[in-house]
Amino acid sequence: MLSSLFYFLAFVSIFFAFMVVVSKNPVHSVLYLILTFFTVAGHYLLLNAQFLALVHIVVYAGAIMVLFLFVIMLLNLNAEKEPINTNLMKFAGAIAGGSLMLVLIAVFSKINTLEPAHAANTQIGLIKNLGMVLYTEYILPFEIASILFLVSMIGAVILAKKNPHTS
Amino acid sequence: MNNIFSTVPIQHYIILSAVLFSIGVIGVLTRRNAIIIFMSVEIMLNSVNLLLAAFSTYHNDAAGQIFVFFIMAVAAAEVAVGLAIIVMIYRNINTVDINDLNRLKG
Repeated sequence: MLSSLFYFLAFVSIFFAFMVVVSKNPVHSVLYLILTFFTVAGHYLLLNAQFLALVHIVVYAGAIMVLFLFVIMLLNLNAEKEPINTNLMKFAGAIAGGSLMLVLIAVFSKINTLEPAHAANTQIGLIKNLGMVLYTEYILPFEIASILFLVSMIGAVILAKKNPHTS
Repeated sequence: MNNIFSTVPIQHYIILSAVLFSIGVIGVLTRRNAIIIFMSVEIMLNSVNLLLAAFSTYHNDAAGQIFVFFIMAVAAAEVAVGLAIIVMIYRNINTVDINDLNRLKG
């Protein structure tokens, strides 16, 4: 049951990721990207990483996708304005990316992996256990992340502000 | 709920992540819209996150999931700044086509 759910989710996430790349309309790309993120959240749930699944949905589907949709609608991008590469460039890009995929799969299917941990019912992904680790062992990176957010917030505001000298 | 790795081998997670990563690479290489390229980068980040979480569960070690948490934080900051830069570019040259971004050429 679990394995068939995994293969279904894997197929769906690959399909939606592919549709993100091939959609002509940027708004459709964003919508397919949201669906991809939801399938990845489903993978996290399958891995029993509930905290990650929740954070993933809140951060990606809630914050990042709203930003993407805002910008696309602000710039009024649509399928007619979409710049199209020449067929040669598309072909070359697809060949290069496909070769990378072949190499990655060929290499990683040959590696020897350790036996999985014996805990049949892993609990590390629960909010309580992950929070214990995050607020004891990783407290310094956690605090530095807040500085990163402050810097990026100020940077985004300054960048997107209209420059009074140019307009 | 049983451990997923009793039925699905870790290799299948690796292959799924490799395919998702390659789709992101193909998107970066074949599209010219800067926003779509940005979305492809997000797909690549997500594939790496998924593999980190899978190995974290596989080895029953919380460090991998903490890393995924920090990658998500950095990705959120990166998207805010990146989209601000794209808006700025659009304001200056009225397009998001990366082939028109050749003003730095000597």
